[in-house]
Amino acid sequence: MEQSDIPGHQAPLLRIARQAGATTAQLLVTFIGLLAVTFIISRVVPIDPVSALIGERATADQIAEARLRLGLDEPLWRQFLLYVWQALHGDFGLSIKTHQPVIQEIARFFPATLELSTLATIIGVLIGIPAGVLAATRPGSLPDQIVRLVGLMGYSMPVFWLALIGLLVFYGDLGWVGGPGRLDASYDMMMEFEVTQYTGMVLVDTALNGRWDMFANAFSHIILPASILGYLSMAYISRMTRSFMMNELGQEYITTARVKGMPERRVIWVHAMKNVMVPLITVIALSYAFLLEGAVLTETIFAWPGLGRYITDALLVADMPAVLGGTVVVGAVYIGLNMVSDLLYRLADPRAR
Amino acid sequence: MTLLSVRNLRVSFDTEAGLVEAVRGVSFDLGRERLGIVGESGSGKTMTGRSVLRLIRPPGKIEADAMHFDGADLMAASEAEMRALRGRRMAMVMQDPKYSLNPVMNVGAQLTEGLRQRDRLSAGDARRKAIDALEAVQIRDPERVLSAYPHELSGGMGQRVMIAMMLIPSPDLLIADEPTSALDVTVQAEVLSILDGLVRDRGMGLIFISHDLRLVARFCDRVLVMYKGRVVEELAARDLMQARHPYTQGLLNCLPRIGGSRGPLPGLDRNAEWAR
Ligand SMILES: Nc1ncnc2c1ncn2[C@@H]1O[C@H](COP(=O)(O)OP(=O)(O)OP(=O)(O)O)[C@@H](O)[C@H]1O
Ligand SMILES: [Mg+2]
Repeated sequence: MEQSDIPGHQAPLLRIARQAGATTAQLLVTFIGLLAVTFIISRVVPIDPVSALIGERATADQIAEARLRLGLDEPLWRQFLLYVWQALHGDFGLSIKTHQPVIQEIARFFPATLELSTLATIIGVLIGIPAGVLAATRPGSLPDQIVRLVGLMGYSMPVFWLALIGLLVFYGDLGWVGGPGRLDASYDMMMEFEVTQYTGMVLVDTALNGRWDMFANAFSHIILPASILGYLSMAYISRMTRSFMMNELGQEYITTARVKGMPERRVIWVHAMKNVMVPLITVIALSYAFLLEGAVLTETIFAWPGLGRYITDALLVADMPAVLGGTVVVGAVYIGLNMVSDLLYRLADPRAR
Repeated sequence: MTLLSVRNLRVSFDTEAGLVEAVRGVSFDLGRERLGIVGESGSGKTMTGRSVLRLIRPPGKIEADAMHFDGADLMAASEAEMRALRGRRMAMVMQDPKYSLNPVMNVGAQLTEGLRQRDRLSAGDARRKAIDALEAVQIRDPERVLSAYPHELSGGMGQRVMIAMMLIPSPDLLIADEPTSALDVTVQAEVLSILDGLVRDRGMGLIFISHDLRLVARFCDRVLVMYKGRVVEELAARDLMQARHPYTQGLLNCLPRIGGSRGPLPGLDRNAEWAR
């Protein structure tokens, strides 16, 4: 009689896969849009790509040859198609400063950023979520006040200031951590020649090679910048966790779980947390994306050879292929992260499937 | 024999807008019988029921001169002792399954949770018990309901899932808050006969909260009539339709009558005196 209460019960994974397909198409459109924007920028910026590439004193023949090589005589729409085609193949041209393919340089710089942001996000999540939960379950208590104060400081303190103070205290005074750079100078060469670089991430590669001495050294270098960025991430995540958790703990299903005699630990960490995770996934993805593209100052202070610094340095010398290539990569990472968080969101919330 | 006795129960909320007294001195005894609680919306029925489980959340505060359940002093019990009673010896069918079931856990996980977590049953055994419980409340395709999520259930289906969930541990005391309001008549009759059987055969105590005075008159043994956090009248259920108290009469007059006049329903007459 009431069999029809449950609507067409498609296998959830299948449904998710279908929606993921739709999302992918959407993201592809977004990516093309991103390419269009960078393409337009490259054409309106008053930097002549030809003279930038071959110098101001080239002959007319050289200039014509370079124009042909860069496809600058083609109609604009064909130039754009070519640009998209090349971008999809990872071809962003040669860096004007180094004459190296931009994509190769990015492949060297990006893992450093990825490693730093990932570790920072892990720190932010591992501390931020429990702190937010602690604060939410005892609103107004001392732990709540501390969590809120520490969170507020994360919002209001300039990151370069934190970075400088951190270096002064933990590296300069106490000597607890390694200084700027990814490794001690004495290990830099070894990294180059004795360690197989699978990922370009020092922690991962040294571990995969079983070089635990280098791993420890790399860890001592990354832990301070990662903690500082992780602090920012933690401030955001703990604040959002607190507010999401307070909201969930006010819901009726929480009382139901207590009626069933479930211990408070389970009420909070299973019943409420499963609901908190739904909006929190987006928060974590956002803070991760923010770190991936926004760690420029930290990278500068810690001499961290990351993507943020790569783009900033390129910008200062008007190295347009490098700037645009870097921008496209950052955008692509953003889009990819969006897709992953969208997928996780659907997995976490049956109502969104 | 008294299963539950409540003396001068008070529930208050210290809100920014001032002190809200939701329950103001309710006393009653419950044996292994069916006790109905009726009253208009906001009269304190749900808060009375929840107080017995001591599940009023802050800023709500429970006070009582005495509250005993089968020899246990509920006002003095520690939180751990209360937890041991809840979900095993006392249960409560929550009012609105739409909000009272966890939206991101499937029905199976919520139904088997108690069996798995505290009774340490295997997944298979717990699942079989859950299926039995769903079949008992007239759900024809229990397997499918187990893998459904709350938003996929109709109101009536949700209510039956809630009832099944609370009956699984075979409690000695069941507080049922509007348990059958969304069920159609035949299913309602089935569910009521299950509850009736549990009271008769197993000696369960039942507090049956409802807006439906006719249903309560038919189904319960005794009735408390609540108004503004107080019990204004306590009477045998069979006498409910002939109640003398003007408030109860007012509630009765609000019932639509088959074949009655088609005129506008009479408004509920309220007198501040009754709430004293
Ligand atoms: N968190 C709260 N803060 C302030 N007042 C509250 C709170 N929760 C409940 N109340 C008050 O308690 C009173 C009793 O509520 P209760 O839910 O027990 O009513 P009820 O009789 O179950 O009504 P209904 O038939 O609509 O379910 C209401 O007037 C309500 O305003
Ligand atoms: Mg109620």
